[in-house]
Formats: sequence, structure tokens, C-alpha cells
Amino acid sequence: MSELLAPFFEASVRLGVPLALAALGETITERSGVINIGLEGSIIAGAFAGALGALAWGAPGGAIAGLMAGGVAAAVFAFFALGLGADQIITGTAVTIGGLGLTAAAYETRFGPTGTALSLPTLDPLPVPLLAELPLLGRALFAQPVTAYAAYLLAPVLWWYLQRTAWGLELRAVGEEPCAAEAAGVAVVRTRVFATLFGGAMGGLAGVHLSLAHTATFAEGMSAGRGFIALAVVVLGRWNPLGVVAAALLFGAASALQFSLQALGLNLPYQLFLALPYLLALLALAGWVGRTRAPAALGQPWPAGR
Amino acid sequence: MKGWKRKRGQAMLERRLPVGVLRWVGATGLAAGALGLTLLAAGVVLALGGYSPLRAGTALVSGALGSPDAFLSVTLVRAVPLVLTGLAVSLAFRAGVWNIGAEGQLYAGALLGAAVGLVSPGLPAPLHLPVLLLAAGLGGALWAAVPALLKTKLGVGEVVTTLVLNFVALNLTSWAVRGPLQENRGIFPQSDQVAEAARLAPLWEGTRLHWGFPVAVAVAVLLWWVLKYTPVGFRLRAVGAAPNAARVAGRIRVKPLTLGTFLVSGMVAGLAGGVEVAGVTYALYEGLSPGHGYTAIAVALLARLNPLGVIISGTLFGGLEGGAGAMQRDVGIPAAWVRVIQAFVILSALAIERWVRARPHSVFVHPPSAPGGAP
Repeated sequence: MSELLAPFFEASVRLGVPLALAALGETITERSGVINIGLEGSIIAGAFAGALGALAWGAPGGAIAGLMAGGVAAAVFAFFALGLGADQIITGTAVTIGGLGLTAAAYETRFGPTGTALSLPTLDPLPVPLLAELPLLGRALFAQPVTAYAAYLLAPVLWWYLQRTAWGLELRAVGEEPCAAEAAGVAVVRTRVFATLFGGAMGGLAGVHLSLAHTATFAEGMSAGRGFIALAVVVLGRWNPLGVVAAALLFGAASALQFSLQALGLNLPYQLFLALPYLLALLALAGWVGRTRAPAALGQPWPAGR
Repeated sequence: MKGWKRKRGQAMLERRLPVGVLRWVGATGLAAGALGLTLLAAGVVLALGGYSPLRAGTALVSGALGSPDAFLSVTLVRAVPLVLTGLAVSLAFRAGVWNIGAEGQLYAGALLGAAVGLVSPGLPAPLHLPVLLLAAGLGGALWAAVPALLKTKLGVGEVVTTLVLNFVALNLTSWAVRGPLQENRGIFPQSDQVAEAARLAPLWEGTRLHWGFPVAVAVAVLLWWVLKYTPVGFRLRAVGAAPNAARVAGRIRVKPLTLGTFLVSGMVAGLAGGVEVAGVTYALYEGLSPGHGYTAIAVALLARLNPLGVIISGTLFGGLEGGAGAMQRDVGIPAAWVRVIQAFVILSALAIERWVRARPHSVFVHPPSAPGGAP
């Protein structure tokens, strides 16, 4: 059994990490009252810039390039949605369409219309001594690329930031009661812009995981809706960084099922497994509603009624 | 407050010309502004990418408008699904329903429509086509029913649910064309061709333009009329503009209206899928829609959510997509740039919408038609 379970857990974590990174970023963004559907655009931008950066400067340079590209996509969103006060849903959709289109077009321009199969310098798994030797879960959790450790580390750090620091309190105030926050002297728009940029950079890092750690190549549209699933992960994790990482691993496990069940020789259509994370997102949203509460000012423009 | 006092010139204009005319002028000007901003940005990006914006533009325009056949067989044929999905999005957005799932609804419509079209020997010939289109509309409405019921019964926001259902629909189609609907030869992942009787005939012999175009125009006119002149249209606009005011002051039952709008929106998007199958591809396959359901958002916003405007903006985007094919062939610019242009159009339209909202008393513009509020 363990020879079947260990690869399953390993795949769950590997597939869950990009969701965890993107959803952790989106958690911070949403706690400030901004819903960024453009997260998908940040992920694909991060994946592409990560690939380009890795070709030029090696894998660590690629990671930084991806992080920044995700932030740039979020900056476009922030300019229109927070600067001009345009609708957040439509702006985010435009950023996603633009991000997917721009990366596809730039990929074709750079690597030719047929799309050369890239072989990129990769972010290799770094086994943690001792911990990686643990039975069953050891390799799954502790023989992962550096992006996974970033997710493990950021979850408690972000929780502590949100719940235990003055800055975190300000961020939550902006997302719940922007009027009160402003009266207390918090710069509402500035806080939201920083939260959005952070979310975009995390989306970029999720993209880096996809292109440099998960596949070692770039493909058009390889983000495959992970940005949208991350939005559901945030809801399932109740806007709490620790819960969000747990929810992301659950979604990773749902994605990993396809490999395990195929290995078991179950004769179900593989499209069912491909659709599973999306269906799970739907179920999670339907089942979780009423038992959790979004930040009160989520998606609302500021100043109000503008 | 700026714009509080109307300028004298505007008041004089209003006396001489009907307000409707002035607003059409205003809407056209705004759309032209959005496109102008987009072209400027696209030109800069192309120049940065090392292409000649002029050559790219020439190739694009000649590909879309260069000959009567280019206009009829490329631009208008591509416009049909864009107009229909654009209408679906416009209608939903007017009622404050964030249906970003037109893509999935289109596939659901295409799937059910194709299934009906493949029935042979089945329906009496004159019925086959209408039943195919009905089935397509039903497929789209069923697909929209999931997020619609989740929204109205459980209060689940429709943005994420419609988005994830797009991916489910793609996988469902992928399974169908490898499973129950696969061609009899069983080689390619596509269906057989639908029955002759279930196809939309060409509008003119020798072109690829089919009867789907007049169908799309008729749907647009119908939706325009319903929105503008019927009580239900009035209620729908009221709910979109201010749901609480509509419920409290207007005594409008918001939930049934939201549900109904969602279903009709899905139906129109599903019809787009059916029309593609019956008029263009005659078969179901995975890449049936290159993202029409997402382009539809740009189409709808450029038309400021006006159904008649959608005919024009849909045709424009049809030309853009058709011309992009020519651009790729002649100048070697990847057609994926069109999607970047679509994003530019949406962002420019949003920026201009904000500019308009700062001038609420101009005679040239409608009060903001795009709904606000939380997702």
C-alpha cells in the first residue's frame, strides 16, 4: 500500500503547492477588500517570465523574474481597479485575458510558431536531512523544491502578520470597514495596492513552480485555471493562511487522484479526473457558504459609491 | 460639483436633437475612444516587438475587409458567435449578474445541439434544425442553471462558479468527442457531421456566411426591445442599477429575476454553440471555440451593454479575429496578439467608463449602465 500512497502524497503536495502559493497571496489581497480575478494572469506571467529568466540567469534568477512578472500583472489590475476605481471583476478578467494572450504571443515570437520544447534549468527538490527519511509522508513533504518550503514558511508567517501585528490589523480593518480604517488614519488605497501587489507576486511564484519545478518547460495557457481554483481555495480556507494551505493540499490531492487511480487500473474517463478539482471547487463553494464569512468590503470600490 | 450645471451648448443641442440621437453619438464616441486608445497601445507594443505597426494594420484590415468575400466569409462568420455570446454577457451584466461562464455555456449548447444533430435517421427534415437550436439553447441554460441556483438559493457568488464550470464543460466536451459522440471511424477526437437537414444554409451561395447571422441580429433586436420597452426589461435594468432600491422601493422580487436572467443569458450563449455547429463546423470537437465566451466580455463592454451596439462591436471583433489570421500569414505576427488587444479594449472601456461617471450630466451619455456592487 505504501508504494502506492507515497507517490500519491508526493504528487498531492507537488500539485498543491502552486495553489497554496497563489491562494496565500490572494488571501492577503482579499483580506484588504480586493478580489483579484487577474490572479490567473499573474500565474501565467510568472510561469513565462520564470522560464525566460531561468534561460538567462539560471533557476534562481527565473524565480525572481517570475515573482516580479506576477507583481507587474497585479500592478495593471491595481492601476485600473484601485487607481481609477473600475470594477474589480471586469478588470481582473481583462488582466487574465491579457496575461494569457501576451504570454502565448510572446512565446510564439520568441520560440517560433511551432513552439520548441524548452528544457529549462529547474528548481530541483531539496530533501531536508532526517525529515525526508520519515516513512510515508517524509519524501512527500520534505523532498520538494524550494517553492514548497516557501509555502510552508509563509503560512504561519502570514497568519502571525494578520492576527498578531498592527499592520495586519490595519489590513483587516481596510477589508472590513474602510471608512473606519480611514478615520483611524490608515491609507486605504495604499494598503490595498500593496496587498494586491503581494498577491500578484505570490501568483507569479506559483507560476514559477509550474514552469521550473513542476514541468521544466513552458506551454501556452499552462496555468489552466489554477488562479480560479485558488479563489475557491481561499474561501475553503476561510481567509486564514493556515486553513488556506490545508485546503490547497486537499485540492492537490484531488488533482493527484488521476495518477493513482490510473495506476490502480480503474477504467474511468481521464477527463473526469481532470475536471475533479473544478468540481471540488464548486462543491466547496456550495457547501461552505453560510459557514464562513468574506471580508465585509470585498470587491467594493473605495471611496464608496465612486 | 463638476458637471452639476449643464453647459449651455449641451442644453441647446438637447432642444434641437432627440436625446436618443445624442446618446448614440456619445456611445459611438466612447467606443471610438476605447478603440483609439487600444490601437495606440497595440501599435506601441508591436513596434516594441520589432514589427511594423503599419504593415500589421494593413494586413489586418485587408484580411477583414479587403474583399466582399473577406467581409462575408471571414468577418461576419466570425462575428456570429461573438454577437450571440456578447448578448449573453450584456444581458447578464445589465441585471448585475456576473456571468463569466459564456464559454462553458457555449460548449454545453454545442454538445447538446450536436447530439441532436447527429440523430439519424431521426426527426422530420423541417424540424431537425429548429430542434437542434432549441437543444443548444437548453444546454446553455442548463449549464447556467448550476451557478444561477447556487447564487439564488445558497447565495454563492457566481464569478468563481461560472469560471470553473467553463473548465468542466471543456473536459466534458473532450470526453464526449472521444466517447459517446466520437465519429464512427473512431480515429479523430471529433463527432461525425450533423445531418444535412440540421444545418444552417448559406445566406448567399458561394460565401460561408450562413443564416446564423440574421438569427443573431434578430436575437439582438429582441433583447433590445425587451430591455427598453417591456416591464420585465425595466425591472431587470432596475435590479442591475440598484438591487436594494429595486427590492424596497420598486417592490421587485430580485431573486426570480436574477434566476431568469441567468438562464436566458446561458440560453443565448448555448445558442451560439449550436449555431457554430449547425452553420460552420457541422461537427463537435474540442477547439470549437477559441475563447468566444471571454471575448464576449470585451464585445459587451465596448457596446456599453446595449444589445444593438453588440451587433456592431461583435462584427468589429469578428473582423479583428479574422484579420489576425491574415496578419499571422502575411506578416508573421502571432494571432494570439488579438487576445492582448481584447484585454486593451476592456481596460480602455473601463477607463472611459470612469471618465464618463465623473460627468453624470452630459447629454451625450446614458447614466452608467454597468452595474456596480459586490460580486
